[in-house]
Amino acid sequence: MHPEPPLIGQAVPRKEGRDKVTGRARYVDDLVFPGMMYGATVRSPVARGRIRAIHFDENIPWQEFTVVTAQDIPGENCVALILHDQPCLAAEIVNHPEEPVVLLGHPDKHLLEEARRAVRLETEPLPAVFTIEDSLAKKEIIWGEDNVFKSFLVEKGDVDSAWARAEIVVEGEYETGAQEQLYIEPNGMIAVANPDEGVTVWGSMQCPYYVHKALVPLFGLSKDKVRVIQAETGGGFGGKEEYPSMIAAHAALLAWKAGRPVKLIYDRAEDMAATTKRHPSRTRHRTGVTRDGKLVALEIDFVIDGGAYCTLSPVVLSRGTIHAAGPYECPNVRIRSRAVATNAPPHGAFRGFGAPQSVFALERHFDQVAKACGLAPDEFRRRNFVHAGGTLAVSQVIHENVDLPQLMERAFAESDYHAKRARFARENRDARVKKGIGFAAFLHGAGFTGSGEEYLASVVAVEATAEGRVRVLAASTEIGQGANTVFTQIAADTLGLDPELIDIAPPDTAAVPNSGPTVASRTTMIVGKLVESAALGLKQTLVSSGLPGERGGPEGRPCTSEEFQRACAEYIRKHGALRATCQYAPPPGIKWDDEKYQGDAYGAYAWAVYVAEVSVDTVTYEIRVDDFVAVQEVGKVIHPVLATGQIEGGVAQGIGYALYENVVWREGRMVNAQMTNYIMPTSADVPPIRVFFEENPYPFGPGGAKGIGELPMDGPAPAIVNAIEQATGASITRIPVTPEVLMEALEGVHA
Amino acid sequence: MPDAAKVRIAFRVNGSEHIVHAWPMARLLDVLREELRLTGTKEGCGEGECGACAVLLDGALVNSCLVPALHADGASIITIEGVAQGEQLHAVQQAFLEHGGAQCGICTPGMVLAAVNLLEKCPNPTEADIRNGLAGNLCRCTGYMKIFESVVAACKQQR
Ligand code: FES
Ligand code: FES
Repeated sequence: MHPEPPLIGQAVPRKEGRDKVTGRARYVDDLVFPGMMYGATVRSPVARGRIRAIHFDENIPWQEFTVVTAQDIPGENCVALILHDQPCLAAEIVNHPEEPVVLLGHPDKHLLEEARRAVRLETEPLPAVFTIEDSLAKKEIIWGEDNVFKSFLVEKGDVDSAWARAEIVVEGEYETGAQEQLYIEPNGMIAVANPDEGVTVWGSMQCPYYVHKALVPLFGLSKDKVRVIQAETGGGFGGKEEYPSMIAAHAALLAWKAGRPVKLIYDRAEDMAATTKRHPSRTRHRTGVTRDGKLVALEIDFVIDGGAYCTLSPVVLSRGTIHAAGPYECPNVRIRSRAVATNAPPHGAFRGFGAPQSVFALERHFDQVAKACGLAPDEFRRRNFVHAGGTLAVSQVIHENVDLPQLMERAFAESDYHAKRARFARENRDARVKKGIGFAAFLHGAGFTGSGEEYLASVVAVEATAEGRVRVLAASTEIGQGANTVFTQIAADTLGLDPELIDIAPPDTAAVPNSGPTVASRTTMIVGKLVESAALGLKQTLVSSGLPGERGGPEGRPCTSEEFQRACAEYIRKHGALRATCQYAPPPGIKWDDEKYQGDAYGAYAWAVYVAEVSVDTVTYEIRVDDFVAVQEVGKVIHPVLATGQIEGGVAQGIGYALYENVVWREGRMVNAQMTNYIMPTSADVPPIRVFFEENPYPFGPGGAKGIGELPMDGPAPAIVNAIEQATGASITRIPVTPEVLMEALEGVHA
Repeated sequence: MPDAAKVRIAFRVNGSEHIVHAWPMARLLDVLREELRLTGTKEGCGEGECGACAVLLDGALVNSCLVPALHADGASIITIEGVAQGEQLHAVQQAFLEHGGAQCGICTPGMVLAAVNLLEKCPNPTEADIRNGLAGNLCRCTGYMKIFESVVAACKQQR
């Protein structure tokens, strides 16, 4: 079964799919090295304190164990990322529960677990901060001078003088909880490390070069002495963006001291309690409108809880800030945002990266503003949507030919929105189970923010062998989203080859160039474009040396794979390696001012309108999502099955975020760090998720594609809570809407 | 503990007989992965919640992280490695491959076995049967839609 070109737009089989359905795919825990031992981590029992002593129970034969503390670190004791504020192992002070302090290694897993429990940290508690409000109020200074990792101010027009023209002003405050990524494969790494050969790690990760960047200063080694290789990775969703650097560091420190390979795999409880989660947030809105529902002024105060160390909070805050005013045109906007410290494990990357938080607040708030204007929620949106040629809050002029009213109409048609809304309003009055339908409109920028992509300067290489096989070399990782397959489609189409002839090199920092991290919905749009350009370069190399590249074949027809193979063989014989590389260059006309936070925040946006239908049992407080329609414009769909799968998976995570996934905190510690009491959606909980794409090719994406990975995380929560409001009249302002939250809200309505 | 405390377990895995010596309370999951090197069976939670470790034990779908290896003595087990006939994929595997039932793949072995088991018991499942039949297997990637589609496609294929 050979698909006919072009492959872009077709559902070719997933590149590594066969290995996955047969159990042959090798994840990190499936790898075994000779002489390997296991590692374990002793963690802080308190939220904040001074380490007084570390006690090792004498009933354990410690001479059999490898024990590593901060003193054993050969280089700088930090996990290098944006700042160097997070230690790899706490030395004197611990700043959050579960902070790593001691590492243990032993060949026997069971003895190791016993030993881990036999290490006791004696700490002198220090006052700690657990909430955004306490951190902002500087109840205790726990980080820097003011507990603030980062702040942004976005100003458009003149908000202060605009209030005078506002006929209606609506205020609101919204909160979102933490969310665990809950990839089904827990984190893990294997390291081989010694002073002669340097450090090599294999593991579950999204960003091999982030791990590389962290290991170099930790060991004080030169870059070529550190090698990072991705194993098959069982889901990431952002959760394997930054924390794998910590685990790799720990495995490598143990291996370095022990002189043997070390495998360090987290169990589920450790993974949930100790690694990153989505930032909790609090957003205040003040919105001024004219009586006929035109936006006059938008003032937004957005705060996220970064946990104890800076990690990626500034970047999460940046995306959350830029998305806070949504796909609307308002002449006067002020967005003030801050990421603050608390004594919880650092919060980190999770699909959407700040946007789901600020989009929840905006789309809930706009339903309230609509009500205050006496308009239907859709009519209010329609009067304020940004159009081609309009400007967003960061003053970015939209050059895309976006048609949000049309996307909304399509979403309403597919979900039968208007008829249902009317019917539910009629039928709910006396019903115990009340039904509602709600929606959210939003955008999501693809790629790094502002000048981020220019700064990353990603590189991809494509090479061909004398046998006519083509290899794509990139550090971008396959984490389930389908990167391997999409790169294959792009390379195969560009070269006019059978996809079977395309190989994707395993991400290994010793072998592939740095194509940047696998985050920010950038892999298809940014890296995919580099794959396309590098493949084009390869073809041109052949053609310019008089050999048939694709369509450089006789009479301009695509050359056959035999012709291609002969051309490669001949080129390699005459000139040596046949390889082309391509480095990112921004599309023309992109301008971004990092100081003022104004300009072209993203090269392209995906646009969407999502509709949720819910039933709310007013006696049991159970909420079900009965139907879900997701309509989006994503440039060009490269692979319909993979793209639909991305949206469906993201929507399911969004449903969990809205209703079920409740991280329970006690003194900075997650107390429900188990799958039994942290509840994600099962196959019995999800509604039919109906996905529709509109295409509007983006000239600078491969085949016209834009990024889509994060988009589906933004819309479900506000759409669902808007639907709950239609069902019950309760205006809920925080997620997750657990039965307790709903009960409280319904009591408010009936009181 | 001295090795003498280990117990002898004889069982049939994917059609071939095996004898292993394991601690009495060793989990079937670890025996399969570590003694037999059948690493297709995955550990997602170790507490019976996710189904990544699912195998068929005498025809029943079990979470191998909860099954003491001793219970497998004399049993016949099918793991994901035993689902295909050589290079010939099972209809369920083929359907997962074509319909996007596997993304990151970590839930896939358990999910495929759950689907195989479902179709054995219930060759013409309704949507509710599929949802309930797979409710013990968590997938964080797909939102389940493509998994449902895969099961329906496999079912058509088998007919
Ligand atoms: S590992 Fe057995 S059910 Fe999760
Ligand atoms: S495919 Fe990743 S968890 Fe199911």
